[in-house]
Amino acid sequence: MKVVNNKTRSIDGKGIMMGRPAFTDDLAESNSLIVKILRSPHAFAHIKNIDVTKARALAGVELVLTYHDVPHVSFTRAGQGYPEPSPHDKFVLDEYVRYVGDEVACVAAVTEEIAEKALALIEVEYEVLEPILDFEKSMNNKIVIHPEDGIHDMFPIGFEPKKNLAASYYMHVGDVDKVLKTCDVTVTQSFYTQAQAHAMLEPHTANARLDYHNRLVIYTSTQTPFHVRRILSQTLGIPLSKIRVIKPRVGGGFGGKQALHGEMFVALVTMRTNKPCKIVFSRKEVFESSYTRHPMRLDMRLGAMKDGTLKAIDCHVLSDTGAYGEHALTVFMVAGSKVLPLYNKVDAVQFTGEVVYTNHVSAGAYRGYGAIQGNYALESAIDMLCTKLGMDPTEFRKKNMIKEGETSPIFAIMGEGTAGTPMIMESCKLDYCLKRGKELIDWKKKYPRVQAGPHKVRSVGSAIAMQGSGIPHIDMGSATVKLNDDGFYNLTVGATDIGQGSDTILAQIVAEELMTTIDKVIVYSSDTDLTPFDTGAYASSTTYVSGNAVLKAATNMKDMLIEEAARSLDVPIDQVDFNGATFKSLEKEITLSDLANHLYYSEHQRQLTATNSFVGKISPPPFMAGFIEIEVDTETGEFEVLDYVSVVDCGTTLNPMLARGQVEGGIAQGLGMAAFEDVKYSAKGKLMSNSFLYYKVPTSLDIKKLTTEFAESYETTGPFGGKSVGEIGIDTPPAALCNAVYNAVGVRITKLPVTPEKILQGIIANKQKEKKL
Amino acid sequence: MKVKFILNGRNRSFEVKPGEFLLDTLRKNAITSVKNGCNESSCGACSVLLDGKPILSCSLLTLRVEGHRITTVEGIQEEIELISHYFGDEGADQCGFCNSGLALTAYALKRELVNPTDEDIKKYVVGNLCRCSGYQAQFEAIKRYVRNEK
Repeated sequence: MKVVNNKTRSIDGKGIMMGRPAFTDDLAESNSLIVKILRSPHAFAHIKNIDVTKARALAGVELVLTYHDVPHVSFTRAGQGYPEPSPHDKFVLDEYVRYVGDEVACVAAVTEEIAEKALALIEVEYEVLEPILDFEKSMNNKIVIHPEDGIHDMFPIGFEPKKNLAASYYMHVGDVDKVLKTCDVTVTQSFYTQAQAHAMLEPHTANARLDYHNRLVIYTSTQTPFHVRRILSQTLGIPLSKIRVIKPRVGGGFGGKQALHGEMFVALVTMRTNKPCKIVFSRKEVFESSYTRHPMRLDMRLGAMKDGTLKAIDCHVLSDTGAYGEHALTVFMVAGSKVLPLYNKVDAVQFTGEVVYTNHVSAGAYRGYGAIQGNYALESAIDMLCTKLGMDPTEFRKKNMIKEGETSPIFAIMGEGTAGTPMIMESCKLDYCLKRGKELIDWKKKYPRVQAGPHKVRSVGSAIAMQGSGIPHIDMGSATVKLNDDGFYNLTVGATDIGQGSDTILAQIVAEELMTTIDKVIVYSSDTDLTPFDTGAYASSTTYVSGNAVLKAATNMKDMLIEEAARSLDVPIDQVDFNGATFKSLEKEITLSDLANHLYYSEHQRQLTATNSFVGKISPPPFMAGFIEIEVDTETGEFEVLDYVSVVDCGTTLNPMLARGQVEGGIAQGLGMAAFEDVKYSAKGKLMSNSFLYYKVPTSLDIKKLTTEFAESYETTGPFGGKSVGEIGIDTPPAALCNAVYNAVGVRITKLPVTPEKILQGIIANKQKEKKL
Repeated sequence: MKVKFILNGRNRSFEVKPGEFLLDTLRKNAITSVKNGCNESSCGACSVLLDGKPILSCSLLTLRVEGHRITTVEGIQEEIELISHYFGDEGADQCGFCNSGLALTAYALKRELVNPTDEDIKKYVVGNLCRCSGYQAQFEAIKRYVRNEK
């Protein structure tokens, strides 16, 4: 392979660094009305009266909207395919507000100052209701967060709003209770994960205008432009054909921009005023009023035999979806479906749970999508089991984990809100990943701990993980390859580059297949008028799903080119040899450039375009083994992450540098969740960690060293052997860190994030226990 | 109110409100490289150079820069292009929202610190948050740029 799996710079990094207008707000009309949202100061309230007279009267205010002024159509902001596996439990504006930061009213004014003033002039009389702020007390509480009529699920997901249930699920293989009774060793432990913030650098941003066809054109920082178009149309009653959604450069998404956040409001304002407008979330709004990761309590029961054979896994999850049920069922199911198959040889496995509403910021899609929560619980519990067995956890994993050519019954049972898809692991180099990772971290020397000073201990910890590559039978990607005169190509794709570099790797796929260089492939992505459909950038789908569509289209183009060359050279097709630049037969030849020019201007004129699409029949998982080395101060509980080793099987790395970036970015974000990013709410339900000052994401000083390698692997169903790599990096850090902390000081952290305080409390508690003995 | 300063080597005059911050003045005047990431002085995406030193434009009143030199990536395109090649070769650019600010900071670092250590480099850029990269590739790109490695 010449272009794929070779060192290739991203095609857009230079222009963006040089400051060319690229992002949504760079492209807003200069005379845009400024859209601002009045947000609820209460965790739960009923709006008894809302008076906007003064706000409307303020000079420079163009529009004020309350729930009286917008369609009362329930929908979900989740940004998923149709029908969505999320309940339709949200209204654009509603008479109830369900968390601090929920939308009360929308203002559009000629300047930001006037918009802010108008917000202050809106008089709201709230009937403050008692909120539910503890997700463990939500189910069957006398307080009902969604008492309203008109909300519903799209198909059965266990949606029971009167019980505060957004979703619930139950599955089992074998009888876990029976098998656990026969085990020599068991572990029972609950784990808690927090509402991690996405903290992408570009805030949620959208703008709207009417074009000269009088169509609504929306630029938005989204992961799902086609879903945005559909949901706007369905919810606001605008014909689909009247809406164009353009995704410019996106400044990071991580799942947080799968959903619709500002699009509804800019669409409404421009439709009502006929004027361009824009909304840019403040950083506080990004924290308080977009999405978080679903906090969960995961109740684990594991059982094994003395020889280290894992026999049973029981996982019960209670997930907190916050005020609205976006991604409620699917994130929770992924905590099982993309975690439990790692140990595929158990006699019994059970996964059950409930997703409850609370009066907190709504949770939604977030890189890892439940797998990081499930991985933290399972991989911590595995280490606890190994402690009881007196076994090296890497040996235990090697013995029990899934291997190439094997399957798990879970693949067939659990899908994305529906039944799953059976599959055999055609590519799974987890055994290599584990072995190589141990070498790189120097496990033999360092496990479990090494004394590094009078009160300093160094230790290592590990975890393994898997993810998926798109949602089989649902996610569709498509691509068009067009030939231009002089012989270069346009590639248009619905696939959504949100900074991960998909435009680059999709161009590489075309260049590889058409045996040319990447500069000959001009990419344009994610415009609902101009590019073919794609479900969007989520579920680790772009390389595998969109990439396969691109490869099919490029192959079609190659066939068309050879056919045209054969006609031009007047030889049979099978006598034409194409090397990417020239078509040769025995005696004659023609360059691609000449052929393209003939096709445009002089001979057998014809526009060559090839369009194709792809839907996965399976979702081949990428795998990885993660290893952490830390140093803990046993007097203070302070710890430092010295190195994080990742050995990843993502099939062929289509762009090794960008793949490394995906893994390392995931590791840093996973370490953030594991060790830095604490989420704090006030007693009244206000998010206190609502800025970068109070919510600490890792900085360049916090990430000391990342060591990243890829396994030689080839997924036969993937483009040039590729699988996904966008999410897999985030899964292992929480468990690996907690396992290392245990190996260092014998303290098991069961509630994220790991903090020096929790470690020190554990050390003190252990000392007190020793004294008692 | 009128304020005059040297923007990217040229004398410029802008009409601003008394409480206006430089970030807003620049973005309103087509300097789109300067990004609003947090508007509370904690992410670095709005970095500009004030007389050659990095500063956060979201918390700098435009009136305060009267008479000073302000540099953004638009003013040092050749050097930024060079930096972008180092980033490209390390796979350090992802979404790019932080990159213009980071590139300016790297540019200033090279001119301010003599033979910086790894730790010096990491400390100098600590105010430029990135949520995509994990910093490793960025660090290697900046290190190679600062040390003029080919």
